[in-house]
Amino acid sequence: MSQPDVLALREYLGPELKGRTISDARHVISLTDILGYSCLIGRYRELSGRSVLLATSGQLQSALAMIELDGVARRMLLCPPDLDPDHIEGLLADAEIDAIVTDRPLHRWDDGAYLVVGAGLPERPGAGWKTERATEWLMLTSGTSGPPKIVGHTLDGLAGAIIADGAARYQNATWATFYDIRRYGGLQIFLRAVIGGGSMVLSEPKEATVDHVARLRAGGVTHISGTPSHWRKLLMSSAVADFSPRYVRLSGEIADQAVLDGLARAFPHASIGHAYASTEAGVGFAVNDGREGFPADLIGQNRDGVEMKVVDGSLRIRSHRTARSYVGTGAPQLTDAEGFVDTGDLVELRDERYYFVGRRTGIINIGGLKVHPEEVETVINRHESVRMSRARSRRSPITGAIVVADIVLADGTEAGRHETIRTEILSRCNDALAAYKVPAVIRFVERLDLTAAGKLTRADA
Amino acid sequence: MSVKLRIFSAMQQIAEEQKVTLPPLRDDLALQDTGFDSLAFAILVARLEDDLGIDPFTIAEDAAFPSTVGEFIRAYENVPA
Repeated sequence: MSQPDVLALREYLGPELKGRTISDARHVISLTDILGYSCLIGRYRELSGRSVLLATSGQLQSALAMIELDGVARRMLLCPPDLDPDHIEGLLADAEIDAIVTDRPLHRWDDGAYLVVGAGLPERPGAGWKTERATEWLMLTSGTSGPPKIVGHTLDGLAGAIIADGAARYQNATWATFYDIRRYGGLQIFLRAVIGGGSMVLSEPKEATVDHVARLRAGGVTHISGTPSHWRKLLMSSAVADFSPRYVRLSGEIADQAVLDGLARAFPHASIGHAYASTEAGVGFAVNDGREGFPADLIGQNRDGVEMKVVDGSLRIRSHRTARSYVGTGAPQLTDAEGFVDTGDLVELRDERYYFVGRRTGIINIGGLKVHPEEVETVINRHESVRMSRARSRRSPITGAIVVADIVLADGTEAGRHETIRTEILSRCNDALAAYKVPAVIRFVERLDLTAAGKLTRADA
Repeated sequence: MSVKLRIFSAMQQIAEEQKVTLPPLRDDLALQDTGFDSLAFAILVARLEDDLGIDPFTIAEDAAFPSTVGEFIRAYENVPA
């Protein structure tokens, strides 16, 4: 079976572009001659047409396996590192997995029911794969409650925003992301590096910021992406002073003006853009004017094949870049009757610009009145001593719930100033927010945790 | 500082933030005459829980909410901290 019109990742990798690499903390792999080598071990020639679970311990092996198997396997299910082992069995069935590519001992699955193939470094001669089909790319949603949903994409859709941007302009770019590339936000950056002809420096779990930045500098990273929370964490570190990327991208959470301004100050020579994307809705758009929110005229038009509308305050997106469907028995519908994905991200129109106000599922109910934690955080984050904040719900015997805030202050903020800062923040919240949205209690904390997907940990996320 | 003084201090703080003028605080002052709305009381109860380590209104599910300042204070004094 040959489908010459189908492009797979290997078509973007060839010997013409010299010096391309992909690296993690331990290995630097040349992408220039990658097609001459294989990272797969064992009965890998039988993977053609299979539905493959990519379950490697590190991102690098997954990246190499994606390059090798795209266009060969029927499906690839990308397995993020934080996947709850209890969910694997259900996912294997729902995705009709019949082969597993892994670098881990797999006693539990090595019972003959699955073809198990090893993953390592590209040290063996290449398998000479030809692109045979449009492989389905399966990813998992990152919600914290219950089993993840399987979301089905094609490379064509995943790369839609990259092609629309003009991939060739990134030929000399070295990309990095704080995300794991087995999540949508990280995969976008991996694909930008491969399709755009550039290089990539992968993140490492639990790596200290200062070590990570040292690798970003050593690897010559020019383009880098992360969530606003990732960036707030980086801005707290003194390591940021030594780093000078050309392009800084935010996605995955609301980019408020405070973090955009903070990045503009830290990286005066970089262009800074925030993108709207989700695993289900794909890449919606990018905003490069340095302001939070997005121009109102993005709604209702078809731009680069992306159409957006607002229904009941929630952003809906229809485009070729959205996922094809949820995968599995009893999987819910991904789109409405007209093909729009409801993102669940709520927006508000003010002065010809839409602003994200929060997630539909994250609303705090104060005696019947609704509060988005993000709108409270946006006000708190404007205070010059604040580096990060999280507004959350706390139960109240009187109003059912109240808003409380956890705040990380800038390094070196004297404890003696805490009361003054608390009063200033409360007073600014009182000026900017309705009384029921003002935090009842402010707690100063050392740090705020992020989820594996790089988002602020929220109990209800 | 006694429980009573801590409650008064927290109430004054909240009154300032909420731009409420508190009448002189006495035991027989009705809570509805303090100028506090339910949100102000919710804030008060949350902050007192952080300060004193107790929330007497959540512990006792069937407890009626007090109607005077004195009853409110006793709710805190009567709970073993």
